[in-house]
Amino acid sequence: MSAGSSRTGRSLLLLAPLLLFLVGFFVWPLISMMSQAVSDPAVLRLLPRSAEVLADWDRASPPTMPMQAALMEDLKAVDDDQALGDMVRRLNSARSGFRTLMAKTTSALDDTVSPPADLVSIDQRWERPEFWLAIADALSPYTDRNLLAAVDLGRNAAGSIEHLPADQSVNRVILVRTFWIAALVTFACACIGFPYAIIAASLTGWKRDLMLGAVLLPLWTSLLVRTAAWFILLQEQGLINDLLRWLRIIDAPLPLIFNRTGVIIAMTHVLLPFMVLPIYSVLITIPKNLMPAAASLGAPPWRAFLRVLLPLSLRGVASGSLLVFISAIGYYITPALIGGPGDQMISSIIAFYATGSANWGMAGALGVVLLVATLLLYSVYARLSADEPGRR
Amino acid sequence: MKTVFQSGMLTAAAIVLSAGLAAPSLARDLTIVSWGGNYQDAQRDIYFKPFAEKSGKPVLDEAWDGGIGVIQSKVKAGAPNWDAVQVEAEELALGCADGLYEKIDWDKMGGKDRFLDSAVNDCGVGAIVWSTAIAYDGDKLAEGPTSWADFWNVEKFPGKRSLRKGPKYTLEFALLADGVSKDELYDVLGTEEGVERAFKKLDELKANIVWWESGAQPLQFLASGEVAMTSAYNGRITGINRTEGKNFKVVFPGSIYAVDSWVVLKDAENKDAAQDFIAFASEPDNQAKLPEFVAYGLPVKEAAAKVPAEFAKDLPTDPANMTDSIALDVDFWIDNAETLTQRFNAWLAQ
Repeated sequence: MSAGSSRTGRSLLLLAPLLLFLVGFFVWPLISMMSQAVSDPAVLRLLPRSAEVLADWDRASPPTMPMQAALMEDLKAVDDDQALGDMVRRLNSARSGFRTLMAKTTSALDDTVSPPADLVSIDQRWERPEFWLAIADALSPYTDRNLLAAVDLGRNAAGSIEHLPADQSVNRVILVRTFWIAALVTFACACIGFPYAIIAASLTGWKRDLMLGAVLLPLWTSLLVRTAAWFILLQEQGLINDLLRWLRIIDAPLPLIFNRTGVIIAMTHVLLPFMVLPIYSVLITIPKNLMPAAASLGAPPWRAFLRVLLPLSLRGVASGSLLVFISAIGYYITPALIGGPGDQMISSIIAFYATGSANWGMAGALGVVLLVATLLLYSVYARLSADEPGRR
Repeated sequence: MKTVFQSGMLTAAAIVLSAGLAAPSLARDLTIVSWGGNYQDAQRDIYFKPFAEKSGKPVLDEAWDGGIGVIQSKVKAGAPNWDAVQVEAEELALGCADGLYEKIDWDKMGGKDRFLDSAVNDCGVGAIVWSTAIAYDGDKLAEGPTSWADFWNVEKFPGKRSLRKGPKYTLEFALLADGVSKDELYDVLGTEEGVERAFKKLDELKANIVWWESGAQPLQFLASGEVAMTSAYNGRITGINRTEGKNFKVVFPGSIYAVDSWVVLKDAENKDAAQDFIAFASEPDNQAKLPEFVAYGLPVKEAAAKVPAEFAKDLPTDPANMTDSIALDVDFWIDNAETLTQRFNAWLAQ
């Protein structure tokens, strides 16, 4: 063992906690989310016999006796309630009604005194091909149905991809809306944050501390508290409307809450520190004598700003925008409390699948779509910022 | 070098693992989870604190907003950090079928006969009978709505409305407003045309609806005057009237009632203590104190009999309130919740 490699070994050893942390809390959750989105073992695992018999089924005619017998055999062999629950949830998600159907069927099959002859005698619904079709479609260990459904696509009975009806799925609309709201918030943050950072960077002493404190203090307050505060300010009988009416600027209250305006105001406030701080940190590294130098060479202030300060600080604006944008697309609480039904973002849909219906496949698939979209945007940013003058 | 690296990784892995394994061995306090707001405040005073004193061990209480996925993720991760949880009827049915709950020791609870039939389940013990009903501020509306048709009538009663965000209850109320009788309600909702009809009726009111998600929100909306009327959990309305001197009214005709139950999460660390707690909360003397704070019906028959008449008249289980109200169809919702929620979300986004 050479001295060089043992040094590498030691440095790797020092890095080990970091690597373990990254693997455990970053890589592994991402991989498991992605695999949740495409893996589909719940049904196949419990119904091996039915899978064999169903392979020969024409997918349209009523169930044959061997199909029913195989499914009964499979269901009797199940002894794990949680695995059964996973299967029923998967089937009910494809075809409503499986919940009660399976509950009735499994309790009838438990009856050893007078065992049922076939499934149809337990419940008429077993006669209908659509229930069997749901089982037949769930028998491959991997599926693209979640990923397709995440962008409003689905497979029809023949197996080709088609659009889902508009009254069933609007993920695409909500995804576009999510990116649009995030873009608006980023723009609003840049418009407020850039001048703010310029002023803060140009000040010294307690004035600068005060301005930075005003940005940092909200950052240390819980997101929920800040959102609730905006709720109180924005509501119809809230402080802002009361003040405007008292000043006789308006007669009827302005609609500030449960709409897009409220969401943008509240999210801009919450995310502003992530814009101000990167810009500020870039601005304070710019030598103070550049602007006077530009002036001494005859540039009017606006020109000195456009040609000197703006290009030099653009790196801060870009990284601030990226931070704000990426945080904004994951927002959940603020749109839920301040927004109306037309302002819900994709996280609320993900939350429904993850916590409301325990359909982790769909939650994972929507997460993957969001991740891919974010990575695409990030690669655009990386390409743009590589050619940017501040870096050279 | 390889060996150094490997042993380093192994040591680090061992440290991480032992830290992970050591954590649960520190005894966790009995953790009870309920629905928050003034309901949980009442529960804390009459159940949680007295039980902690009696057992001599601290009790931790947390609040949640429902969702079978929350329970599933806790149980599937192993060693759930909640013990006793108050769940809605479909969470009880779904979780029990999926093996997410411990079986109830009914001898400990004093036998099944002590309870209303609808409060007895292999996996759960009924905690309350509660209603979702129309609520409005009696100080602002002298003559209030009496039916869901009135709720939909924005000419007669101007102002915004609030409903719980989601298809459950909302679709039922829309059909009732459209003139469907309470006996046919779930038959109609069980058909494609019925669902279509409910969404069409909701279209009429859509622009005027503010959606709520947690049970405390409709009270805020009413108190701030943001909405003229709302759907709300009946108990909280009576609660806020008593504690904050409001004059909010509950409209029982057309309300939908359901039973909430206590469950114990599968393999929870304090599962025995959790069952003891549920038994304590089901003692008639303890349970009979609840209606004074929040007007929820009591599933223990003896407890219900002990409630003074002045409080009993506000309970969903009071015969006068029961006549025109409807029992939630749990089977319908465990089958259709996911599809109808997808459809509801799509409708909402349009």
